[in-house]
Amino acid sequence: MSTYSVTEPSGRQKWFAGILVVLYAVITLLPLLWIIGTGFKSPADAIAYPPKMIFEPTVEGYVNLFTTRTRVPEEQLKELGEPTTWYDKLVRKDGVIITGASRFAERFTNSVIIGFGSTVLCIVLGTAAAYAFSRFKVPLKDDLLFFILSTRMMPPIAVAIPIFLMFRSLGLSDTHAGMILLYTAVNLSLSVWLLKGFIDEIPVEYEEAALIDGYTRFQAFYKVVLPQAVTGIASTAIFCLIFAWNEYAFAVLLTSGNAQTAPPFIPTIIGVSGQDWPAVAAGATIFLVPVMVFTILLRKHLLRGITFGAVRK
Amino acid sequence: MAQIRIENLRKDFGAFNAVKSSSFTVENGEFFMLLGPSGCGKTTTLRMMAGLELPTSGEIYIGGEEVGMKRASERDIAFVFQMFALYPHMNVRKNISYPLVSQGLNKAEVASRVAEVAKILRIENILDKPVGGLSGGDRQRVALGRAIVRKPKAFFMDEPLGALDAEFREHMAEELRALHDRMGATTVYVTHDQLEAMQMGDKIVVMNHGVVEQFGKPQQIYDWPATKFVAKFIGSPPMNFLEFDGAIDIGGDEVNLSGTSVKVPVSRDKRLGKLALGVRPEHVRFKDGAALAGRVIAVEYLGTTQIVTLETPHGDIKARTPSNQAARVDELIGLEFDARTLTVFDSISGKALVSEANEGVLRRG
Repeated sequence: MSTYSVTEPSGRQKWFAGILVVLYAVITLLPLLWIIGTGFKSPADAIAYPPKMIFEPTVEGYVNLFTTRTRVPEEQLKELGEPTTWYDKLVRKDGVIITGASRFAERFTNSVIIGFGSTVLCIVLGTAAAYAFSRFKVPLKDDLLFFILSTRMMPPIAVAIPIFLMFRSLGLSDTHAGMILLYTAVNLSLSVWLLKGFIDEIPVEYEEAALIDGYTRFQAFYKVVLPQAVTGIASTAIFCLIFAWNEYAFAVLLTSGNAQTAPPFIPTIIGVSGQDWPAVAAGATIFLVPVMVFTILLRKHLLRGITFGAVRK
Repeated sequence: MAQIRIENLRKDFGAFNAVKSSSFTVENGEFFMLLGPSGCGKTTTLRMMAGLELPTSGEIYIGGEEVGMKRASERDIAFVFQMFALYPHMNVRKNISYPLVSQGLNKAEVASRVAEVAKILRIENILDKPVGGLSGGDRQRVALGRAIVRKPKAFFMDEPLGALDAEFREHMAEELRALHDRMGATTVYVTHDQLEAMQMGDKIVVMNHGVVEQFGKPQQIYDWPATKFVAKFIGSPPMNFLEFDGAIDIGGDEVNLSGTSVKVPVSRDKRLGKLALGVRPEHVRFKDGAALAGRVIAVEYLGTTQIVTLETPHGDIKARTPSNQAARVDELIGLEFDARTLTVFDSISGKALVSEANEGVLRRG
């Protein structure tokens, strides 16, 4: 008979494991650090070769991200007098003046509205559907569940043209509602399946106890099932948000002026003299923040969510 | 508190018939056991009484009111689940007060009722703990607390001791019975454990395959089983059956087991064909020179008594005898039965024949 060692790893093993983890972290975080770093470079430093590891940080990229600027002749600059704000000063040294705000803030807001809007909708509809599938006798339940899953069996972009035509005739092109609906439709199948798994794991006795304790079915769902399902809801919400937040192809195809999100906008940031890499990097950095904050806030649940069901209680 | 009456209750799940036309009455204040093997329909019956399942047909009266189609929340009953089903996101106090909150009681009243229940169950010291870390017994007490706090018309319990370990189960069974005696609440208790049923119940319903086999006091059911199933299910070791071909007439007081005449209570039934003589192990006595004899094939020592398994021409039987009575394997021993305790069964239908001795029990139920 063989026995299994459950002893503590030795000091050397711990060192080795530690080095592996650090190495992995460096590999995955390097591109991220590069983007964040580039955001603080001057345009010249950003395209310097060999790449500059040490550079003088500047917020020029961020200023450029949020503004539109134009180059003016020197005589005209003199007529304008001294720049009054720190960001005016920053750009003036290149002979450039700020002419107004860029559309980044607007695009970013669109991303927030569409991303979180579709996530909320996905969770509300997904939880309701998952609860029904988990608890009630639904005719053709298995077929319906398979049908729901099958909507994910092709890449969503495969139906781009029908959706484009549909949106055009429904007047949904380039609207917030249209994008929220689209992302919800794509994510809902994942949301229903994930949440059904979580709700299946919640013993039905809790609700029955609540029903007998004098609560209605809805109250039992709301007060007893939902608090139990928080873990599942949180991890599902993160998955939905990440998809909607990062989605690029449909956003390019279906939005332009009004409802354009940040992903199609960021690469098009053009500086006064060609592609403005620091501004692009600054845009990407700011774009990362909401998903990062959301994930960090829910990380406790996410971790439990990912390993949920792996271990039988 | 209330009387509960079940009339012709039936439940189908699709083509499967879980409960067939059951009828019984739980008197006010009774501790009532629903007993049967798993899958016999006892839990389904209880869930219909509680309003967690809707009956296919039949009536359920709680306190004289027909509630068959009412919501669980409108029946004013409490339910203790096997897995306790304590709300995991609430602490003990919140769990117990939860049913009161739904009734819209004010805070002071809720607090005083919870305190009262905690005192009865001796769980005052854990009121502010989360339910996650509690021991099995404490969880059980909290589940009971949640049930008794609202002073319902009746308590329904679905194998509430099933999740506890054997040693503790005994203790909780006593505690539960004592609690019932103090509160005098109508209680319906589902179990598959015949010992638990005998030990705690005022009355027992024995179910099998969705049918009520017998309904009565524990001793009546033990002494005078209505069917072979009940006779086998209740008692450990179960009742012995000596199968024989024979006949008995109304007024007859003996049966003939291949030449040996055995005295039985005066029969009120007549039957010809395959019969079985039912005898409890403790009513088998050893008697040298008796006409009926058996060869000892095993002896189990149980302290003050022993279980002796004997091979007879009518099948193996078990006898419970004092352990100082010598019985060696392979020994041939003469057997005698206590005539007043015997039941004759129709082997085909499995039903007991009515006799002078059991008619009081069988005719009524």
